[in-house]
Amino acid sequence: MDGFLASPAGVLVITVAQTLALLVPVLIAVAYLTWAERKVLAAIQLRKGPNVVGPFGLLQPFADAIKMLMKETVIPSGANRLLFIMAPMLTFLLAMVAWAVIPVQDGWAIADINVGILYLFAISSLGVYGIIIAGWASNSKYAFLGALRSAAQMVSYEVSIGFVIVTVLLCVGSLNLTQIVRAQESVWFFIPLFPMFVIFFISALAETNRAPFDLPEGESELVAGFFVEYSSMSFALFFLGEYANMILMSALATILFLGGWLPPINAEPFTWIPGFVWFALKVALCLFVFIWARATFPRYRYDQLMRLGWKVFLPFSLFWLVLTAGVLKLTGWLPA
Amino acid sequence: MIAAAAFYLFAAILIASAVMVVTARNPVHSVLFLILAFFNAAALFLIAGAEFLAMILVIVYVGAVAVLFLFVVMMLDIDFARLREGFQRYAPIGAIVGGILFLELVLVLGAWTFADQAEALRIAPTPPSPVTNTEALGLLLYTDYIYLFQAAGLILLVAMIGAIVLTLRGRPAMRRQNIAVQIARSGSVAAEKVPVGAGIRELGIRRPPPPEETRRLAEPAHGEADHGERH
Repeated sequence: MDGFLASPAGVLVITVAQTLALLVPVLIAVAYLTWAERKVLAAIQLRKGPNVVGPFGLLQPFADAIKMLMKETVIPSGANRLLFIMAPMLTFLLAMVAWAVIPVQDGWAIADINVGILYLFAISSLGVYGIIIAGWASNSKYAFLGALRSAAQMVSYEVSIGFVIVTVLLCVGSLNLTQIVRAQESVWFFIPLFPMFVIFFISALAETNRAPFDLPEGESELVAGFFVEYSSMSFALFFLGEYANMILMSALATILFLGGWLPPINAEPFTWIPGFVWFALKVALCLFVFIWARATFPRYRYDQLMRLGWKVFLPFSLFWLVLTAGVLKLTGWLPA
Repeated sequence: MIAAAAFYLFAAILIASAVMVVTARNPVHSVLFLILAFFNAAALFLIAGAEFLAMILVIVYVGAVAVLFLFVVMMLDIDFARLREGFQRYAPIGAIVGGILFLELVLVLGAWTFADQAEALRIAPTPPSPVTNTEALGLLLYTDYIYLFQAAGLILLVAMIGAIVLTLRGRPAMRRQNIAVQIARSGSVAAEKVPVGAGIRELGIRRPPPPEETRRLAEPAHGEADHGERH
């Protein structure tokens, strides 16, 4: 058995098994995130939310999935067929492949690569293609406007996310995600780098096109934005991709600032709980704030959105990066 | 063996998509093929063991440059008939430039020989060392080549300033929101608590008439026209 597992075919089997072991929980989490969002929004607005399908409406995500599958896929006659079908697949695919490098617990990443954080940054910056291709291929004015907004917005906020990541990397001295979490054993980075954590979180909202930055969808002006023309499964893939991206950005925030799988206090009762449970709890906390923000804030106007990204976050994160570098250099805390 | 097969696969897709960039009729398709070409180039970097360069290629070119490129190409209204207009006239010049480039390539390939250490480098592009790829690049860039690196940065800065100067034009008619002024404003806008209904009485806003009066108004009777103008 050991001989087979070491052979190329065995490695392939192990990788497939690992991938399934990671992606199946992620997909179930995506399904229940849609349920949790409706429940939390309902609670905030003094309603009940889904409560008919199954106990507490717990089977609602599956009912929705079956409904989506049963519907007809409509491809507009003016659309570019190939790209129109490719765009939702691309969005979903990118949201899934990023999970390859996420360390859920010490040593549990499928691919523990040296440039893990760059890989994540690269994948998240590709997310815009799914949207922009969808908007263009639909051959519809609302979809196109949504796609253009989204392209400008995501590129803008990536810049400040990049500076935030560099600031964290300065404190770690490695691009490896596992090393980033291990560097937080003494203190989680959200305490010394609190302003950066706030900027990262708000930029993550913009990067995932979530309220209050959901201008690419902007239902009050663009009908539904870039996915107006999509129906059935192709719409479902966009929907799943968006929620999977939310979980991914929350996981990234957890790794960079909230100490990944580490327990809050490295002492007896906390260390009994396995690391991946801590990881999931922290991700859930971030997701709750995502939903909370949606229920609380009105949508930004487009020029305000751009002003926030370029005139507030970019100079501030640049300043904080230089400050962090200076402090680390002067105090001699710079990692070797 | 797997690495070699992967290399030929990615290289073949790279060349095919590069050809498609030039030959595709639709400019948007051209840009998408360009993105595919970038991806395959990144994969080739990965096979060569340069993971940092591969990721930077994807982040900078695919994640930022190509997005803006796609953005511009989608927005532009390109007239294909006008683009092909001068084809006959410019074809000879194009052919001459292409011919010179081709000749240069032939000359370079003709004089190509293996360097002494090239064979060893081919077998192991990244020598086994405790230093990671990223660190090795940094050690070189920020020590031996620091002036060249800074010069490259300056050139990019000049290009950036140039682009901003080209597009910046003062538009006095445009209305701008100054958030700092809005927040700093005090006195002119303030919330105060007033008894319920006070605003309605003071301002003399007319309330809808009570139901029985409505019924009376509905029956038209002469001499009762000023009945509705109650203050």
